[in-house]
Amino acid sequence: MSGSGKGVDDLLSSYDANGFYDELFGSASKPASHTEAVKDRLRQLQYDDLRRRASDAERELYNLGITFLVYSDAKAVDRILPFDVIPRIIAAKEWAHLEKGVQQRIAALNMFLHDIYHDQHVLKDGIIPAELVLGNANYRPQMQGITLPFKTYIHIAGVDLVRDHEGTFRVLEDNGRVPSGVSYVVENRHMMLRAFPDLMGDIGLRNVENYGAKLLEAMCEIAPPRADVDSYDPQVVLLSPGAYNSAYFEHIFLAREMGVPLVEGRDLAVIDDKVYMKTTGGLRRVDSIYRRIGDDFLDPKAFNPDSLLGVPGIFEAYRKGNVALANAIGTGVADDKAVYAYVPRMIKYYLGEDALIPNVDTHICREPDALQYTLDNLDKLVVKPVGEAGGYGITIGPRASKAELEECRAKLLEDPANYISQPMVPLSVCPTLTEEGIEPRHVDLRPFAITAKSTWVLPGGLTRVALKKGTLIVNSSQGGGSKDTWVLTEGGEAETEPVADDSTDPFHTQSQSQSQSQ
Amino acid sequence: MAALLARYAECIFWMARYMERAENLARILDVHETFARDSFGSTNWLPILRLNADEKRFFELYPTASVKNVLNFYVLDQNNPTSIIAAIASARENARQLRPLISTEMWAHLNMFYNRLLALEPATDLAQHNIQRLCASIKEACQTHTGITEGTFFRDQGWYFYQLGRNLERADQATRVLDIKYHTLLPSPRDIGTPIDISQWNSLLRSAAGYHAFRRVYPRGMTPAAVAGFLLFNDNFPRSVLVCMREVDSLLNRLNSKYRLRRGTLPLERSDELLGNLSNQTIESVISVGLHEYLDGLQINFGKLSNDIAQAFFLIDEPGTLSA
Repeated sequence: MSGSGKGVDDLLSSYDANGFYDELFGSASKPASHTEAVKDRLRQLQYDDLRRRASDAERELYNLGITFLVYSDAKAVDRILPFDVIPRIIAAKEWAHLEKGVQQRIAALNMFLHDIYHDQHVLKDGIIPAELVLGNANYRPQMQGITLPFKTYIHIAGVDLVRDHEGTFRVLEDNGRVPSGVSYVVENRHMMLRAFPDLMGDIGLRNVENYGAKLLEAMCEIAPPRADVDSYDPQVVLLSPGAYNSAYFEHIFLAREMGVPLVEGRDLAVIDDKVYMKTTGGLRRVDSIYRRIGDDFLDPKAFNPDSLLGVPGIFEAYRKGNVALANAIGTGVADDKAVYAYVPRMIKYYLGEDALIPNVDTHICREPDALQYTLDNLDKLVVKPVGEAGGYGITIGPRASKAELEECRAKLLEDPANYISQPMVPLSVCPTLTEEGIEPRHVDLRPFAITAKSTWVLPGGLTRVALKKGTLIVNSSQGGGSKDTWVLTEGGEAETEPVADDSTDPFHTQSQSQSQSQ
Repeated sequence: MAALLARYAECIFWMARYMERAENLARILDVHETFARDSFGSTNWLPILRLNADEKRFFELYPTASVKNVLNFYVLDQNNPTSIIAAIASARENARQLRPLISTEMWAHLNMFYNRLLALEPATDLAQHNIQRLCASIKEACQTHTGITEGTFFRDQGWYFYQLGRNLERADQATRVLDIKYHTLLPSPRDIGTPIDISQWNSLLRSAAGYHAFRRVYPRGMTPAAVAGFLLFNDNFPRSVLVCMREVDSLLNRLNSKYRLRRGTLPLERSDELLGNLSNQTIESVISVGLHEYLDGLQINFGKLSNDIAQAFFLIDEPGTLSA
């Protein structure tokens, strides 16, 4: 294997980011000075030592069962999310900007959701085409007129960011339904603390330890008031589809971090529009539910009647304000690909501000000029259908055959409103340990935000890395892995960071992620 | 006080049962291989198949009850629900659901244990000279699980259900192993007083780690009645049916009083009755009625008790069970 016997120093000296913005080195015009301390320490390591520690870390992930289930040959197999030990580092100032940008975006999306489920000013004022919202498969008319605590709909958000060749962060998409991956953020940090104490000591990192506590706090804030009990301590639960869900590890992780029961649909019952869980001592009232089940499967009485995962009658309990759900029902309309294109306008409309983190340039093909531009530049653009999730139906112009481009053109002309197009974003890279040595690999970033009364953003987020050479695909199902994400503290002061004992699973729920790379 | 999800209670109960089952089976196979040889130095594995009345299923899968076949059937055959690997797989599946509740160490150990079993090769690991080593390592892994659980599992309701499962399974296994030996142990006129006779008794006691304890109580002599009586009714032997059932009864009592699980009276009544019966029995009176019939009766009662526990704590459906 290349690099064996060498020092990391040698490997970094011959490292070449191939013209992409590099997360460790920056670019010629924008060098990354904040990573000096870490680079120095990396240089002192031996490559073989780095590899050994990396393989120890992966084995530990497997033994701890920090895995997700994949199904092959009708058998469920535990896989770990490959973990790369070279961290991705974000400067304090840069993070402060991202944090504000995420908060701004979540604020606008929540105002948008409250609006469309009430008076629909945004539609009446023509900011967003009404049919785009009301005709959207994820718009839930049942939510009309229901007012939620703090008018918050998206309590847990994962905003997918990419960094372009100029080093500018851009939003690639919003995940406002059931975003996953946060458990890896915490577990990756634990792993680094165990495997590389020498790399991170005294560096001054923002800690990621308190996500569970923040989530529980939010779940309690939104719990409906109860007059029938004296000292009210809301019963929070996490509702999971069960042990065979690919993200089950994350459900476990979050339930443990919050110290609440992880329940399945069969553990809950609705009686007189109130939700109960089945305990050894009988039925017990539930006040607030962090649900990891999609809208469709949540309640066979209100939505998909074939769902066996859900809880019959839970929507009615929710509608009557007897139980809180996070996220709210009907948030899918806000993270839709077509609606995404309007988010900057939404921010302007509701907040009177410009978006702090820009979108990737998006051409909304329902608009004639945008359609023409898209048709004229088909071979340079990524064309995405708006209604599909999981990267289906996407055409990547620069990589498509002539026939594929023609097929795409025909579809565009047939139903332009169903498509958007975007330029290929030259995603930033980060030095990554590979079979070939230390090589640049493309990364993205998914910060996680929790909102009840106000929005809190976990410092950093999940850095996903495309482990295959040259590919932009960071999805776990396509050979993607993850890295620890280090947000530096302002003055380089270390925050106290307790080492906890636990462990998680990735993000199959909503893998629209690096959509241009599908 | 924190409530315990009924499904979790059920998973804990069964995780403990499966671990105990695996340990008992490893003990039986180990001891059988070592001590249960006849005067020609060979072992007869047929009686082992009577442990769970497995003969029919076994002969559907294997042509003969050879050492190799029986060991494969009981250790590595995932198609056999009564194999060790099946028990560990079930324990792990329960543990997977319990991960929000059990310690990371419990899960990690069980996960590694299962993966280790999966990696075993029948040709080498089940070869005769490796059997003892394999059984010993399985037994030790089960004991490690017990130790980790003792040292890390939070002592709330969940702990009670864990101990309930463990003790009920242990009592049940004790009756089963005694029952299969019953036929072979009753000395035939030919064997009385021969070395084989003695080694069979050793085998039974050793599979329950009871040989030395037995010697402490009965320094001299060894009769079928004394061994059976020891395994059923001894007051202090941790694997005797009486000690296990005393523990079960006390756990059910504490669940009722400490956690006020009002539905717990049904299993408690049955357990009180069972315990009363065990406490007032002598092995002589049991044998005069028929040991096999008595053991059969116990197993039926353990089954009923297990059902009562499920009814009381695991199956919470009726609106009548509303609590605060």
